[in-house]
Amino acid sequence: MTDLSLIYEYLVSPPFVRAAGMTLLITVLSVILGIVVGLVIAVAQESRIAILQPFVIVYLWLFRGTPVLFQIIFVFNVLPSFGILLSGFACAIIALSLNEAAYMSEIMRSGLQAVGQGQRRAGKALGLRDSQIMRYVVLPQALRIVIPPIGNQFIGMLKMSALVSVIAVEELLLVANQSASANFRYVEALAAAGIYYLAFTTIFMAIQARIERWAGSRKRSDAPRPTFMQRLLGAPLAERLSR
Amino acid sequence: MTRPLIEAHGVGKKFGSNEVLRDVSLTVAPGETVVIIGPSGSGKSTLLRCINLLEDLDSGSIVFEGREIRTGRGAHRIRRELGMVFQNFELFAHLSAADNVMLAPRRVLGMGAEEARALAHEMLTKVHIPEKADAHPDELSGGQQQRVAIARALAMRPKAMLYDEPTSALDPEMIKEVLDVIRELSQDGMTSIVVTHEMGFARSVADRIVFMDEGEVISDAPTDTFFAGSAHPRAAQFLQQILPH
Repeated sequence: MTDLSLIYEYLVSPPFVRAAGMTLLITVLSVILGIVVGLVIAVAQESRIAILQPFVIVYLWLFRGTPVLFQIIFVFNVLPSFGILLSGFACAIIALSLNEAAYMSEIMRSGLQAVGQGQRRAGKALGLRDSQIMRYVVLPQALRIVIPPIGNQFIGMLKMSALVSVIAVEELLLVANQSASANFRYVEALAAAGIYYLAFTTIFMAIQARIERWAGSRKRSDAPRPTFMQRLLGAPLAERLSR
Repeated sequence: MTRPLIEAHGVGKKFGSNEVLRDVSLTVAPGETVVIIGPSGSGKSTLLRCINLLEDLDSGSIVFEGREIRTGRGAHRIRRELGMVFQNFELFAHLSAADNVMLAPRRVLGMGAEEARALAHEMLTKVHIPEKADAHPDELSGGQQQRVAIARALAMRPKAMLYDEPTSALDPEMIKEVLDVIRELSQDGMTSIVVTHEMGFARSVADRIVFMDEGEVISDAPTDTFFAGSAHPRAAQFLQQILPH
C-alpha cells in the first residue's frame, strides 16, 4: 500500500532536502567546471599548437571511451593510493566535470567556429581591439549557438549525478535507497526522489526554453524551436497531446 | 604633388611557399580613387589587407600619412583611420543595421549612445537606407547589406576607404546600387582603393587603374591610358579578354 503522506514526509524531511540540494550542487558545479575545462580544450584544439594536440586527443579518448561510472569509481579508489585523500563529494565533482568537459569541448568548439574569421576581420578593420572583438562580436554570437546544447548537458548531468551514490555521496538516490532499506518503504522513498528529479528537470527545461527564446529571437530563418512540451515529452507524444 | 596618403613600398607576401605579392609598390594621394584590377589570384585582395594591417608583410613597408605602419601593438589605432568593405559584407549578424554602424564609434571612439545613434542615421542616409536602421542583416538584401557595411566603415570618419571586391557576391540587379554609393563617396573626395571586376565602373570613377597579375603590379596608369590599351601589352590583353564580346 502506497502511503502518500509518507511520500510527503520524505519530500520535506531534512535528509531529502539536503540530498536534493546536494544533487543540484553536484550538477551545477560539474557543468560549470565542465564548461571551463571544455573551453580550455576547445581553445587548445583551435589553436593548432602542435604539442597540445596529443594531450587533447588522449584526454578525449579516455573520457569518452570509458563509462562515467568507471571514472567515478576510478577517481575515488585510485587517487588515495597516490596519497591524494579527497572526500567523496570532491571525487564526484572531479570525475563528473572532467567527463563533462570532454563533451563540452565539442559544444564550445562549434560555437567558436560558427563565428567566422570574416566577422573577426571586420571587427579588426573597424579598429576594435582583440578583446573587444571577443566581447562584442564573437561571444554574443557564439553564446546563442552554445546555449541550447548546454541546457541539454545540465539535464543530462542532473540524471548522471545519481551515479555518485556508489561512492557514498549523500545525494538523492543514495538517501532514498538508505531510507527505504531502513523500513522497506521503497515505493515512497523512491517516489520522493523521483519527484525531486522531475521537478528539477522540468525547471531546467523551462529555463532553457526561455533563454532560447531570448537568444533565438533574432534567428527567424532557423527551423522552429521545440516547444516546452516537445522538449519534456518528445515530439510525437507532445503532438498527440496538443491535438 | 601633395604628400601621399597611402604608400606601399616593395611589399612581398607569401602564404607558405605561395608568393602572393612580389615587390608591389603603390602610391595613393588624398582624394584620389585608384581601381585595382587583374585576374583572380593576382594578389589584389591581399594587397588591400596588407595596407589595412590585416596581414603581416614578409618584406617592404606600408606608409600612412608619411609614417610607416606595422601590424602588432597599436595597429588597431591605424585601422580605424581606414575604412574597409569586404566581398561578403561581414555585417555583425547579431546586431541591427544601426547597431552595426554604432558599434565602433561607441567602443573605439567612446561616443555616447545618442550621438552614435544620430551618426548611424546620418551614415545610413548617406547610403540611402535610413529606413532599414532596425533591420537585422538576415532581413536585408545583399545590396542593402553591403551599403550598411559601407555606412559602418564611414561612421569612423576614415581618411580612406578600401573596397575588396564589393560587388562580387551580389546578384546583378544589386550591383548598381552599391557602385553608385561608392561613386558618390569618391566624387565627394573620399580617397578610395577599389578592387573590382566592374570595368564600366572603373572607367567612370577611377583616376588611375592599377593592373596586377601573379602578385605583381604590371601597370599603373591613368584611366584613359589604360582603357586605350596603351598601358602595357599584358594589360591590353586582359582588357581584350574581359570587355564585352
